[in-house]
Amino acid sequence: MRRIISVLLENEPGALSRVVGLFSQRNYNIETLTVAPTEDETLSRLTVTTSGSDKVIEQITKQLNKLIEVVKLVDLTEGAHIERELMLIKLKATGSQRAEIKRTVDVFRGQIVDVTTSVYTVQLAGNSDKLDAFIQAVGTAGVLEVVRSGVSGIARGEKVLSL
Amino acid sequence: MELLSGADMLIRSLQDEGIEYIYGYPGGAALHIYDALFRQDKVKHILVRHEQAAVHMADGYARATGKPGTVLVTSGPGATNTITGIATAFMDSIPMVILCGQVASTLIGEDAFQETDMIGVSRPVVKHNLSVRHPDEIPEVVKKAYYIAATGRPGPVVIDIPKDMTTPNERYEYQYPKKMKLRSYNPAIRGHAGQIKKAVDMMVAAKRPIIYAGGGVVLGKASEQLIELAHMLGFPVTNTLMGIGGFPASDKQSIGWLGMHGTYESNMAMHHSDLILCVGARFDDRVTNATEKFCPGARIVHIDIDPASISKTINADVPIVGPVDSVLKEMIGLVRENSVKPDEEALIAWWKQIDEWRAFHGMRYEKSDTYIKPQEVIEAVWRLTNGDAYVTSDVGQHQMFAAQYYKFDKPNRWINSGGLGTMGFGLPAAMGIKLNFPEHEVVCVTGEGSIQMNIQELSTCKQYNLPVKIVNLNNQALGMVKQWQDMNYESRHSQSYMDSLPDFVKLAEAYGHVGIRIDKKEDLEPMLKKAFAMKDKLVFLDIYVDPHEHVYPMQVARGSMKDMWLSKTERV
Repeated sequence: MRRIISVLLENEPGALSRVVGLFSQRNYNIETLTVAPTEDETLSRLTVTTSGSDKVIEQITKQLNKLIEVVKLVDLTEGAHIERELMLIKLKATGSQRAEIKRTVDVFRGQIVDVTTSVYTVQLAGNSDKLDAFIQAVGTAGVLEVVRSGVSGIARGEKVLSL
Repeated sequence: MELLSGADMLIRSLQDEGIEYIYGYPGGAALHIYDALFRQDKVKHILVRHEQAAVHMADGYARATGKPGTVLVTSGPGATNTITGIATAFMDSIPMVILCGQVASTLIGEDAFQETDMIGVSRPVVKHNLSVRHPDEIPEVVKKAYYIAATGRPGPVVIDIPKDMTTPNERYEYQYPKKMKLRSYNPAIRGHAGQIKKAVDMMVAAKRPIIYAGGGVVLGKASEQLIELAHMLGFPVTNTLMGIGGFPASDKQSIGWLGMHGTYESNMAMHHSDLILCVGARFDDRVTNATEKFCPGARIVHIDIDPASISKTINADVPIVGPVDSVLKEMIGLVRENSVKPDEEALIAWWKQIDEWRAFHGMRYEKSDTYIKPQEVIEAVWRLTNGDAYVTSDVGQHQMFAAQYYKFDKPNRWINSGGLGTMGFGLPAAMGIKLNFPEHEVVCVTGEGSIQMNIQELSTCKQYNLPVKIVNLNNQALGMVKQWQDMNYESRHSQSYMDSLPDFVKLAEAYGHVGIRIDKKEDLEPMLKKAFAMKDKLVFLDIYVDPHEHVYPMQVARGSMKDMWLSKTERV
């Protein structure tokens, strides 16, 4: 099952490589990984999506917790949560395609953020499925380039991951 | 406040940490540190002949005392040579701090002479590693390293020190921190009371209970509590290879160690048990055999300081995260107060069954008229050292024979590389122990394969007068490899034959020690006596043993715990 694990990490050199190293060392799977500093500059927030049996996920969270620089972590998929991924996508857009793409972008609530006579660059945020669906809707033939941020997530409601 | 250079701060920090010996080898990037070492006499440095040996020496010391060992090496090859030693300590949770020189921070990343990314290289085999980014951080970094290495589940910690952090003429205020607290690292200090209660209720209700005690008992200094609890409950106790000595072998409730080469009665008792109390062990594959066939009728209580060791390979019914000594102490209290006592009738029947297994096949081997048997060498060493020596071993058949036939009654006496299985560990580990316990007998049981992996340390032994006794069970082959080839590869002895062995007697003499060759049965006991009488000499005993001997019992691959070979022909 797919899981979203959110980690508060000491914002120190080498901390990220320890997390990434752990996954490869113990044969765990990383599907997406995002990391950036938080409002507290001594901490980074890292979000990793992974998949595995309950036993494997339990080991992943325990092993992550063992890393000295991991301050706290939560498996967001255990409760209600919001997940978002940002995609920038360059599409071939000439002739009648231009109006068609514009309509699809509107349906998906995306924005065209750059335009040339033959290319649209579209920005789209949402959960990963929505981004996949957009690519399918516009058709892979017209896709020139795709950049996805990987998943960021946060728990719904009052629950917070902080010190 | 005092002003000191980075190098002086490093050595002062070691002094303030109470470090007496460090083991190492100098080189360019560590020279400021070596100069600081020269200008004081509190911290003594032992110069090895290869950096791997420095780590094993620190490791031997740490295993015998429970205190962290300390290593100092230079950058590049000095650092990479320590990796096998660090991985050895990591697998067995041994506390240790490794100080590595590094090229100047201004050169890092430029492929400078003797530059290696030691932080990156060591990452998978350390509990943690730290890099010094400013000289004034040094006292705090050192304190942090020892704190992390020695608390919780212990392990090795590397400190990477770029040369410009130790420049002699740049001085900073020195103050060694008294305490260390990290917001992201809080090892458990006691187990969950509810879980402990639940466990005790299950334990007293059990009909066929067994205590499976691991290296955590030794590392966690919980031997006394384990003995007390076991005696109160009357349960049989089996130790892992790492837990040997944690429960006295001569205690009537000891049924020997378990797993691949464990006793018949231990493996049988595990398999047929209805309750396993696992204390500081990790259900290693050399213990469980095939996990899906593991102890089908047993419920499992698992005590460990490391939550990641619980339910990793075998699911625990009652997990208890905490230091083993405090958890056992709470259990003792509960058992004492509990109105329900262990089921005496069931225990009598259970012990009857275990005694039958023991009678059917206790630890035994076939004697020979022609050959010296490796097992009888160990038995003789046990007798002649009154069962009270520190015994280190290398890896292979001799390791198993030593663990099977030397009966350890105290913890911290059996010193071996259990997890990583590092050949070349035994001699330097013995040296580290002898240096710190000069009055005590220290025996290195080895083989002619393993000893050659760190034999250069005979030179270090001469320099520092370390009169260890080396018992070389010479079967002129890589015995364990050969055994597997006999059993699984129709005796095709691919590369397991040690051709052109050196004359170990002459070799020992060349290094300034005493060498004795024993190849006749009748010489064994008198020669061993002679060797042990030479208190101030290192004696290398080159003992020619039966080259065809196998280690038994041996679990059948991919079987359950009860599936064993008991000899070359008997399989149960």
